[in-house]
Amino acid sequence: MSKQYVDMSTPVIEMRNIVKKFGDFVANDGINLTVHKGEIHAILGENGAGKSTLMNQLYGLLKPTSGDILVNGKKIEMNNPRDAIDAGIGMVHQHFMLVQPFTVTENIVLGTEPTKGVKLDMATARKNVVEISERYGLSIDPDAKIEDISVGMQQRVEILKALYRGADILILDEPTSSLTPQEIVELIDIMHNLVKDGKSIIIITHKLKEIKESADFCTIIRMGKYIDTVDVDEVDENDLASMMVGRKVTFVVDKPAQEPGEVVLDVKDLHCKDYRGVEIVKGLNLQVRRGEIVGIAGIDGNGQTELVEVITGLRKGVSGQVLVNGVDVFNKSPAFGFDHGVSSIPADRQKHGLVLDFSIEDNLILQNYGEEPFSQKAILKRDPIFSHASDSIEKYDIRPRNSEKRPAGTLSGGNQQKVIIAREVQNDKDLLIAVNPTRGLDVGAIEYVHKYIVDQRNKGKAVLLVSFELDEIMSLSDIIDVIFDGQIVSSIPGSEANENDLGLMMAGGKQA
Amino acid sequence: MTKKKSFLDFVSENRFIHILLSILLGFLVGAIFLAIMGLSVGEAYGRLISSVTSLKGFSYVVVYAIPYIVVGLSVAFSFKTGVFNIGAEGQFVVGSMAAAVVGILAGNLPKPLLIPLCFLAAMAAGAIWGVIVGFLKTRWGINEVLSMIMFNWIAFYLSNFIAGIPAIHSDGTAEATKNISSNASTLLSKDLINRLGLAPTANWGILVAVVMTLLVWFIIEKTTLGYELKAVGYNKFAAEYGGIHVNRSILTALAISGALAGLGGALQLMGMGSRISVFSSQEGFGFAGIVVALIGCSNPFGVFIAGIFYGALMYGGSKLNLVGAPTQLINVIVGTVVFFIAISVIFENLKYLKKKAKAPVKPAAPAAEKEGEQK
Repeated sequence: MSKQYVDMSTPVIEMRNIVKKFGDFVANDGINLTVHKGEIHAILGENGAGKSTLMNQLYGLLKPTSGDILVNGKKIEMNNPRDAIDAGIGMVHQHFMLVQPFTVTENIVLGTEPTKGVKLDMATARKNVVEISERYGLSIDPDAKIEDISVGMQQRVEILKALYRGADILILDEPTSSLTPQEIVELIDIMHNLVKDGKSIIIITHKLKEIKESADFCTIIRMGKYIDTVDVDEVDENDLASMMVGRKVTFVVDKPAQEPGEVVLDVKDLHCKDYRGVEIVKGLNLQVRRGEIVGIAGIDGNGQTELVEVITGLRKGVSGQVLVNGVDVFNKSPAFGFDHGVSSIPADRQKHGLVLDFSIEDNLILQNYGEEPFSQKAILKRDPIFSHASDSIEKYDIRPRNSEKRPAGTLSGGNQQKVIIAREVQNDKDLLIAVNPTRGLDVGAIEYVHKYIVDQRNKGKAVLLVSFELDEIMSLSDIIDVIFDGQIVSSIPGSEANENDLGLMMAGGKQA
Repeated sequence: MTKKKSFLDFVSENRFIHILLSILLGFLVGAIFLAIMGLSVGEAYGRLISSVTSLKGFSYVVVYAIPYIVVGLSVAFSFKTGVFNIGAEGQFVVGSMAAAVVGILAGNLPKPLLIPLCFLAAMAAGAIWGVIVGFLKTRWGINEVLSMIMFNWIAFYLSNFIAGIPAIHSDGTAEATKNISSNASTLLSKDLINRLGLAPTANWGILVAVVMTLLVWFIIEKTTLGYELKAVGYNKFAAEYGGIHVNRSILTALAISGALAGLGGALQLMGMGSRISVFSSQEGFGFAGIVVALIGCSNPFGVFIAGIFYGALMYGGSKLNLVGAPTQLINVIVGTVVFFIAISVIFENLKYLKKKAKAPVKPAAPAAEKEGEQK
């Protein structure tokens, strides 16, 4: 960012030496933050570093234990979000707070509806909404129902909601976590439009690339402590990552060159339909060999989700073959696939990956509870189950320790993912399928996950990686297959890939 | 965090305390009604307690409790495995009718053969009743709650129909079946009953209830079958992904649950009723089972205790009219207890509101931060 809209002489937000304690636990320990008019300011930190706690204090959801908050140079005591809104602060939460069956307009004006006498004046409401949406280039359909629009659109509605209430300072909490790459580009455009108009934006994130692309300044928090505020132009992603994690982070995955072996997964002329009954995988062919990682790059909705569901046995296909080590697992059960060499890290870890109410030890035996040593003659053997869990927790760095008997639902997202990875990697099947394996994880955890995936490859397993993160695909894959409109349209060596070409191919623009 | 726990924290985190509190509240509400009616609370509750604490009284309680425990286990088992067996009523009815048919038609068989046969027939009938519903659910996605309620009525009329078949129907004028053969009866010997001064219907069905309690606990906690069924109950998607056959699990769970409810029907018939009347309305054992499972937190041992408690309320309640209090008071108490157990949410919310008043914090935030601290 060129900082062309930043007015360094006008600080709009100053948070001074903010301390927030929960009991004995210090969530924020002397944090300083200054945001100017027309500035995009990123707050960077690992999961649980105290970013959200800091912003919740700025938005009046929490009260600081000590420290001052100044808005437009004036000290302000915020007791609830109402005070923050009155001071011109708006917040878009990570999980949207919209009324699903209401229209876009109804959601935006909710709580501040214009009235005519005692009647709602929806015509005026709609006019106002269209007006601000045009002013900031946030195009939306004011009459669409929330339940019918995409996540990216819902986010726009949240932003418009804040603007409608007169916000000059916008807090965006992890705004890109559920967006597609296209939607992220659009969001960054919108943010630029807003600062051009004199608004200020604070974004909470742990994605370094987006900070580089959008922010002017970045404040780094680690374990509740203020680390630094840096000019984004003067640092690179490695600097940001090291400051955030407190150690050197390697983005380049150490991947020795090796010759792939025989074919493990062979998908031939696969056809299947999506939940609406529309054909979405249209004659797809794909091969993964021993000792290689094949990455599937593609824009969401081009059939990659359904492809994985068919391979893992969760979805019935229309026709084709899915050979795993020569055995056709097409339209068989997940158990059949597992028995013939398929293990997978599913896209939705809470829905498919874990039984959240089960303890960690029980989750770790989800596929092999029926085998020795975990059970004998249909009776579970608790001792081996427990020691298996202890070993996995140690080896895969699952935190907190000694959590064998804790329900999986009490772990943080990154640690839940580690439980799944521990299970699937230890199953030691010939084929590992990983779908968005690092979604929502911070760089420290991502590093671990990548290491385990590459380890499997190095051990001579076949790995199929499906991810919406192009960087992940490019840094891990030996071969990148681009999926478009239900087919693999091109297949290129990972070492020769670049983002632009991939982007074009993913949009169906070019075939290699 | 070393924060001192508030009373509300304590209640909402501890199921046992929560249930005791709900029971106390039930009696409190009952007391209010007694006071409104101008009756002595002490006298009524004193009667309730004294009627169940004598040896004879308690033997009545146990006899009452047998079907409640077993049907309670049936419902609790279904809760654990993610289906809501509201059809225990119908399974109970077909179970007791199957036991009656065997107990009447095969009455000449010797006791050691006939009794297990009656049990088996009842369990099979209950299991079939449960599996039909499960089949409708897994095959065509028909909501099990709706079909179970319908199957309760089908069982009801089927039972009345069978009771009218000449080979089964009473020879006398009673609108009921014949009595089952004495070889099918689980009553203790007259001699023993008189010597110990027990209730005339004292029977050893309670042993079956104890065995079933242990068996259900064992299946749920110790076997791979229990693991599968629970996995499907908690998250069928992850279970399927993990390679468990979800539909087969649902059918198995309903079969076991149905068999238990059917067995409850047999125990009731062979220990207490000895014949089945033509019903004019549903008897409600299945619904009592839901109450017992709720009070027992779906834990087999909890269900056993809850079944005894429910039996005590039912028997003790029937004695309330001796002090001029209406027996319906028991329904008020039971209703209130269930109400407070079911709205455990209230305790959660009270806790949340109190926390919010002190510091408006999102409940998840401190826990998440805590994770960070350990990194």
